[in-house]
Amino acid sequence: MTVFLLRRLIQAAAVVLAMSLLVFLGVYAIGDPVEILISPEADQIERERAIQALGLDLPLWQQYLVFLGNALRGDLGRSFVFNEPALQLILQRMPATLELAVGATVAALIIGLPLGLYAGLRPNSTLSKGIMAGSILGFSLPTFWVGLMLIMVFAVQLGWLPSTGRGETVEVLGMRWSFLTANGLAHMVMPAINLSLFKISLVIRLTRAGVRETMLMDYVKFARAKGLSPTRITMVHVFKNILIPVVTVVGLEFGGTIAFSVVTESVFAWPGMGKLIIDSINVLDRPVMVAYLMIIVLMFITINLIVDITYSLLDPRVRLEGKA
Amino acid sequence: MTPPTLQVRNLRTHFFTRAGVVKAVDDVSFTVDRGKVLGLVGESGSGKSVTGFSILGLVDPPGRIAGGQILFKGQDLAGLSEEAMRQLRGNRIAMIFQDPMMTLNPVLRIDTQMIETVLAHEKVSREEARQRARDALGQVGIPSPEERLRAYPHQFSGGMRQRVAIAIALLHKPDLIVADEPTTALDVTIQGQILAEAQKLCADFGTALIWITHDLSVVAGLADDIAVMYAGKVVEQGPVTQVLDQPLHPYTVGLIGSVPSRNKRGEPLRQIPGMTPSLLNLPAGCAFRARCPRAEARCAEPPPMAEYRPGRHARCIHPYEEAVAA
Ligand SMILES: Nc1ncnc2c1ncn2[C@@H]1O[C@H](COP(=O)(O)OP(=O)(O)OP(=O)(O)O)[C@@H](O)[C@H]1O
Ligand code: SF4
Ligand SMILES: [Mg+2]
Repeated sequence: MTVFLLRRLIQAAAVVLAMSLLVFLGVYAIGDPVEILISPEADQIERERAIQALGLDLPLWQQYLVFLGNALRGDLGRSFVFNEPALQLILQRMPATLELAVGATVAALIIGLPLGLYAGLRPNSTLSKGIMAGSILGFSLPTFWVGLMLIMVFAVQLGWLPSTGRGETVEVLGMRWSFLTANGLAHMVMPAINLSLFKISLVIRLTRAGVRETMLMDYVKFARAKGLSPTRITMVHVFKNILIPVVTVVGLEFGGTIAFSVVTESVFAWPGMGKLIIDSINVLDRPVMVAYLMIIVLMFITINLIVDITYSLLDPRVRLEGKA
Repeated sequence: MTPPTLQVRNLRTHFFTRAGVVKAVDDVSFTVDRGKVLGLVGESGSGKSVTGFSILGLVDPPGRIAGGQILFKGQDLAGLSEEAMRQLRGNRIAMIFQDPMMTLNPVLRIDTQMIETVLAHEKVSREEARQRARDALGQVGIPSPEERLRAYPHQFSGGMRQRVAIAIALLHKPDLIVADEPTTALDVTIQGQILAEAQKLCADFGTALIWITHDLSVVAGLADDIAVMYAGKVVEQGPVTQVLDQPLHPYTVGLIGSVPSRNKRGEPLRQIPGMTPSLLNLPAGCAFRARCPRAEARCAEPPPMAEYRPGRHARCIHPYEEAVAA
């Protein structure tokens, strides 16, 4: 386990370094923030001073080294727009995005697992066919359109749920969370469902495929030969086996969910990282963009690690030491 | 007089597939008594496993029992409800599967898989169930059973896994065990040990045993009676020594002739010519006709099962009446 963790840490460091270079180059290759940030009326001297203050006069490689040096000290630059540390800006908005993504993942499991289980156990029933058709919709309908429809129906027409913002929040561990208040939870329902639509379909399909495959295995027949009840066979023998692929895929998808929350956050004016990054791209706020991308990279690496560890807990055949 | 442990009468198990009806088991009858071992032999696809699964009520769609009786201690299992059948399975009738690598659930510990079997049929405490599991492991010769209970299947070798499966089958001291080629995947020494244990078991508990195999030498050492299956039908049955020494049916003769140890050294192995027929469109008459050296015109009529010598049945109209040198 220790060897495994150590090896993973070294790998992670290498990945972060490579990504930092790519992100830096990528972001700096597009657009010129000077055009946007400095007013066209400013004279040449003012311009020069501003450019110098932002460090934009240095050659690219020097800018990168400066960035890297600062990053090692936990400083990912100051936002051109807010004039605040970029990292702090993003971390402030991270709880909103995290709780949305976690909410979406939990919803996907709560809704997707039972439906997938049913569809796998009774593949020929009408309901199963309906579930599978629904999952195709979940895959193919565009997120923003579904989001707008949700707002139309549940906020505008029925007036059941609020359509924008996070609602009331409580501070826990120095961060503000919506899911701990009834009002905040009500605000979360629609965005979370919207974000989880794709994942629900994914979980349904994975679960169904897993159930159908597992039901054919000898050990399920042997479990029946032992005289176990159908409930025990489904809930223990089959379910524990399908949990392995489901957890792996949903876990790895979590990073993607955070990245894709951009659309949902924009539709529901959810003040998370996704909304911040869209705003920052519009004004070419480079430090915020770089910091955001770096945090996403770190998040993906952490998620992968957690998934690997969970996987080994679920599947006794996997030994972490043996893996590269 | 108490009825025999198992009496199968004219069992038919058919698979209703899109391509047609596969008569995997077609008119099979045999009897196994308390403490006796029946060897069920035949080449691949002859319907041995389907016969076994039929007895446990584990035939999956599109297959189903299409006729006949399975009398377990006089009670017909074919008409039993699924719940009544579940209560018998693993309790009074147990089964051991062919591939020990596949029969245990890879994500559940051995103790879980054993304890649940105890609890499925008896209201005892978990602790007592665990005790029973440990005793059963010890009984099949697994060293330090207490420790091994906490292991996962992948931490066992194939032979050990099969012992675990046998231990699970023994948990409720069943009246009948269907063992479907339980030693085929194991090497010869382990096979020998397991066979010895199986024999001891029948003697100790009076368990009736159906041992499915295509290895005649296993049957010779273990079984009291033998039933030879071909294309879904029993073609010959009787006491094992008599059948192996003086086979009546040409297929049995061919089967014995193809056992390596029975051939003289240096002589090429004799094989049964031709291929197993497809069960989908069996020709009318004797299914073995196309491969039979003794076939004649009359064989185009379905041969009936007949008793040619006392206790010796064969489904052939032109059997070997004399002892053949096999
Ligand atoms: N699900 C199924 N659908 C259609 N046919 C089936 C099905 N299961 C079994 N059969 C048919 O039943 C026949 C008998 O199969 P069975 O498994 O009993 O053979 P076997 O004698 O046990 O062979 P082996 O020695 O290979 O285990 C096979 O020819 C197969 O075609
Ligand atoms: S009935 Fe005829 S074809 Fe069939 S085994 Fe006997 S002799 Fe051969
Ligand atoms: Mg078989």
